Amino acid sequence: MPDIVIHTNKLTKRFGNFIAADEITFEVEKGEIFGFLGANGAGKTTAMRMLCGLSAPSSGEATVAGFDVYKQTEQIKMNIGYMSQKFSLYEDLTVLENIYFFGGIYGLNKKDLKSKSEVLLNQLGMHHEAKKLVKTLPLGWKQKLAFSVAILHQPKIVFLDEPTGGVDPVTRRQFWDLIYEAAESGITIFVTTHYMDEAEYCNRISIMVDGKIKALDTPANLKKKYGATNMDEVFFELARGAKRAE
Amino acid sequence: MKKQLFIFIRKEFAHVMRDSKTLLVLFGLPIVQILIFGFALTNEVKNAKIMVVDRAHDVYSQQLIRKIEASRYFEIKTDGISNSNIEENFKAGAIKVALIIPSNFNQNLLHENAAELRIVADASDPNTANTLTNYLSSIIMDFQNEVNIHTTLPYKIIPEIRMLYNPQLKGVHNFVPGVMALVLMLVCVMMTAISIVKEKETGTMEILLVSPFKPILVLISKVIPYLILSLVNVCTILLLSVFVLNLPVNGSLLLLFAESTLFIITCLSIGVFISVKTDSQQTAMLISMMGMMLPTILFSGFMFPIENMPLPLQIVSNIIPSKWYYVIVKSIMIKGLGFSAIWKETLILFFITIILTGISLKSFKIRLA
Repeated sequence: MPDIVIHTNKLTKRFGNFIAADEITFEVEKGEIFGFLGANGAGKTTAMRMLCGLSAPSSGEATVAGFDVYKQTEQIKMNIGYMSQKFSLYEDLTVLENIYFFGGIYGLNKKDLKSKSEVLLNQLGMHHEAKKLVKTLPLGWKQKLAFSVAILHQPKIVFLDEPTGGVDPVTRRQFWDLIYEAAESGITIFVTTHYMDEAEYCNRISIMVDGKIKALDTPANLKKKYGATNMDEVFFELARGAKRAE
Repeated sequence: MKKQLFIFIRKEFAHVMRDSKTLLVLFGLPIVQILIFGFALTNEVKNAKIMVVDRAHDVYSQQLIRKIEASRYFEIKTDGISNSNIEENFKAGAIKVALIIPSNFNQNLLHENAAELRIVADASDPNTANTLTNYLSSIIMDFQNEVNIHTTLPYKIIPEIRMLYNPQLKGVHNFVPGVMALVLMLVCVMMTAISIVKEKETGTMEILLVSPFKPILVLISKVIPYLILSLVNVCTILLLSVFVLNLPVNGSLLLLFAESTLFIITCLSIGVFISVKTDSQQTAMLISMMGMMLPTILFSGFMFPIENMPLPLQIVSNIIPSKWYYVIVKSIMIKGLGFSAIWKETLILFFITIILTGISLKSFKIRLA
């Protein structure tokens, strides 16, 4: 039996009469790269926020890393990493200061931070930039740094909210290399994206339409099922019926 | 958790120290304000042009004129003015005030023990007119006292005007507490609001909220640096006022700092509240400026006397925290009073602080849900 790290059952979030996430049910296995797709306003961010312990569900159940999203948000937060669509490091701090700060608030001690930052800088080839302010780095580098910082405390799951927005294709490819590496080391990746080529990189994907999960399978199976040659067509087929649009 | 808090606060200081604009506002502002208010925006009037029409030409009138001449407030204008038509001189802007000494001045004073003088002032600028007539009256009063020494008639009742706490009528006295309120309001409210909203804008706030670091600690570590920096500002202002403006702190320094800390906390909670309600740095800045600076200037009583306002505005002024802080600082710094004299104001400020802190914490939590 595979290790289940995210489990939801009819998870729902209402804002007044508006149902942002409507009885979503899915499971994510350990080490999986799980793509979470959907048009703008489909409810991706709402679902993600509930799983991260940022917002309480209206009804339904969910566990993340084995912890309940209602009662054990503190434990969940210890076990997850998060990277938002906005580039989220401090621009006026140096690379090293950012690593030490975010590592520090996750409770890593000085010794760990030193060895980890060493490894991280090596991996990214950013030794020369360690003492530079983050704002002087090119966007692609920042994005990679942000991801490495998000998994610095070795979380069980890392949530990536449209991590590659505004990045060129080459950097995006490099970014996905990092994601694969992390997945291989056993970190589960939960990623939302707009890029359908990126959806192909995922082990499994779910497609949300109007707050509901309309499809959930491997990219290959989905293409077969909808008789499509690429994910773009699958997505278009599903999202065409959407009533909610931005 | 303590270690994390320390790491966070150190990061906040790094933000402040690396932003030259923030530093400029933070430390330049109090200095500039003190100097501007101290030297440029004084409501004292010096060397005002006065015209003296002496119809008496006697010993006493000459003595009085010399006295006016000697004062640094007035400059007696003699050339280029028309002696026959006083109003012409006012219209031409040549004089601000005129003193007319009647021909029987000496006689009346000697025989009737009472003499009349006429003061005419240009009241198109009522504040200046008021100030000038006051100066002039006190010079005349002074003169009267001197004359009375030589008279043999006892029991003469002389009205006496004393300027309490500020006998030289120095303008600086009431503005230092005002500038303190203003600077603290600006630094605490605006800086805190901006620094929190900035984290929201750049997306780092989300990362922090997803981390195990408690939201309340995020707030605490955001405000502590500004609390410290504001206390540094209080020191700067006090040093400037003592050594540059020669205005000593008459009361307890410790009490002054304790009350300032209370006021700073009030401002910080306003800053947090603004940051919760806004999403961009510009909005936060505008609201802080308009919503906080203006009421402080208008309603704290340091620029415009509250007693002269219409009743509704007087009532409104009571909910402005700076008003109470201003009264407290004035009492401690200038009147040298102790806690027993200001406990009421302190209590009011304390309640305002509690309410504001409660509101901002609550709205911060709602935001998270």
